[in-house]
Amino acid sequence: MTAKVHLDRAHGLALLRDMMRIREFEAACAEQYQAQNIRGFLHLYDGEEAVSVGVMQALAPEDAVVATYREHGQAIARGIPMRPLMAEMFGRLSGCCRGRGGSMHVFDRTTRFYGGNAIVGGGLPLAVGVALADRMQGRANVTACFFGEGAADEGAFHESLNLASLWHLPVLFVCENNGYSMGTPVEVAEADTEIWHKAAGYRMHGERVDGMDVVAVEVAARRAAERIRAGEGPVLLECATYRFRAHSMFDAQLYRDKAEIEQWRERGPILRFRAWLEQAGLLHEGEAATMEAEIRAEVADAVAFAEAAPLEEMADLDRFVTMDEVPA
Amino acid sequence: MSARMTYREACRQAIRDAILADPRVFLMGEDVGRYGGCYAVTKGLMEELGEDRIRDTPLSENTLAGVAVGAAMAGMRPILEIMTVNFSLLALDQIVNSAATIPHMSGGQFAVPLVIRMATGAGRQLAAQHSHSLEGWYAHVPGLRILAPATVADARFMLAAALADPNPVLIFEHVMLYNAEGEIPDGIRSVDIARAAVRRAGGDVTIVTYGGSLPKALAAADMLAAEGISAEVIDLRVLRPLDMETVAASLARTRRVVIVDEGWKAGSLSAEIMARIMEDAFWDLDAPVRRVCAAEVPMPYAAHLEQAALPQPEGIAAAARALVKPP
Repeated sequence: MTAKVHLDRAHGLALLRDMMRIREFEAACAEQYQAQNIRGFLHLYDGEEAVSVGVMQALAPEDAVVATYREHGQAIARGIPMRPLMAEMFGRLSGCCRGRGGSMHVFDRTTRFYGGNAIVGGGLPLAVGVALADRMQGRANVTACFFGEGAADEGAFHESLNLASLWHLPVLFVCENNGYSMGTPVEVAEADTEIWHKAAGYRMHGERVDGMDVVAVEVAARRAAERIRAGEGPVLLECATYRFRAHSMFDAQLYRDKAEIEQWRERGPILRFRAWLEQAGLLHEGEAATMEAEIRAEVADAVAFAEAAPLEEMADLDRFVTMDEVPA
Repeated sequence: MSARMTYREACRQAIRDAILADPRVFLMGEDVGRYGGCYAVTKGLMEELGEDRIRDTPLSENTLAGVAVGAAMAGMRPILEIMTVNFSLLALDQIVNSAATIPHMSGGQFAVPLVIRMATGAGRQLAAQHSHSLEGWYAHVPGLRILAPATVADARFMLAAALADPNPVLIFEHVMLYNAEGEIPDGIRSVDIARAAVRRAGGDVTIVTYGGSLPKALAAADMLAAEGISAEVIDLRVLRPLDMETVAASLARTRRVVIVDEGWKAGSLSAEIMARIMEDAFWDLDAPVRRVCAAEVPMPYAAHLEQAALPQPEGIAAAARALVKPP
């Protein structure tokens, strides 16, 4: 992996495709929520796709990911197939967590995806621990830890950044600053609204990037990962972004204007990148429509899979409360 | 040949053995290295085993618990030392919301094989922020195994068993036991972490206890013996999952039970044990179950007040006597 981005046609189309896959997957999630096939809390990533897709470009398969309760984007960008993901939302046995986690708690051992964490700031210490384990076992991996700007209010943010820097651990802290902790604007919660400034207090490299620009995110993430792999310690990367939809399906959005949302939509990561690809001659006429059709088919297949998936046996209710062995 | 040592030394040897036996094991905590541990349990270990395996940390209980969870999920076998159970409340989030939930929440994809050791209990005049017995709170939580070594042998060998457990295990070491001396019987190289133990056999009344209250219960049994009352003393050892079989087998013979717990009564472990007895062994009882617990006060500093707030052998004996020979 190098910090240089070779934005050839294939790579550009891959970035666009992954962002569109997230968008379409979540559109189906919202539909299935209305149809009551998905229940509980459902936090959509609509508008923030460039962050996870951009950052994942900097990760190798051996690297690790820790995410939040708004993690469908990370899960898809990391390569977790849509079928077990959708089945998890449906609470089915074929879900990646056998229906025990749901939307907020996606885990996937194969891709080193350490959850889906619904305690704000809860994932940061875990990421430090995963990085410590990699270090102690002689594995030169990076752990990417995603969290919202609200997590910067928590004590765990301070403790984790301090410890990661003190112990020089290979963590890429990715702050997805979407401007609101549920309904509280960042100005109401943070004395300094630029989260990346806090890195200096931990003698950590920090920077802020336009989180609506997938290429900018990829460039910054590759640069950060390169620093980390070179042994220069953890990095705090703040991605300025925006969520187009409500915080969760229960949110009436009384805290912001429709005009504000519209303004951000015009800067939407998919819209913008697609237009750029077209202008640059990398996306040919009709290709976007073909891509869309392919993605819709993938999503429809995932929904059909989830609908047909069996439920966990009631007799297995307490299975995995305690483990009989540590999975190999 | 049996070995005589203090409880503190037993804890220290257990940690040393564990680290030497398995490259995945390391200990981290506040002042565990250079200082040697706030109760001097880890004295000399950093010098011997190195800073990688005995890690001094910042004062960040919640993050340290989360680091232990992450490290355990990624292949290590961390031991986290938290100075006292009162401080562990800062880590409650990671212990309850991560360590205890992730195996289940992930559908069994990840185990969380970690050990958290902490001091518990009163008796050193450390007042209300260093002296409580909150292990019962942790015993409320599915997914955790809760241990309370009361003897030198358990202090010596429970850790290895805890590290071999694929689940998060919390070990509560009572502060008044660290200086206690005891024998490790010949040939004992391991202990189970599943069963309660009968520490003294008797036929008239069962005293159920654990941890720092065990010596007090045994002292009460001595007093009762002098009066011709034969008390059986059960050391629970494991607070979750509870070994109620051993308790039930005892009370089927004695038909009377006193529960001794340094925790408060309300919403407590002692209440849970009573409830299980009511559910499963009510018809074996000849008398109501009695409890001797800490007074419902934050632990006071002054020695006479602290002692008054704690279970004492006289009170335990009185409770047992009242069951056997009603006034």
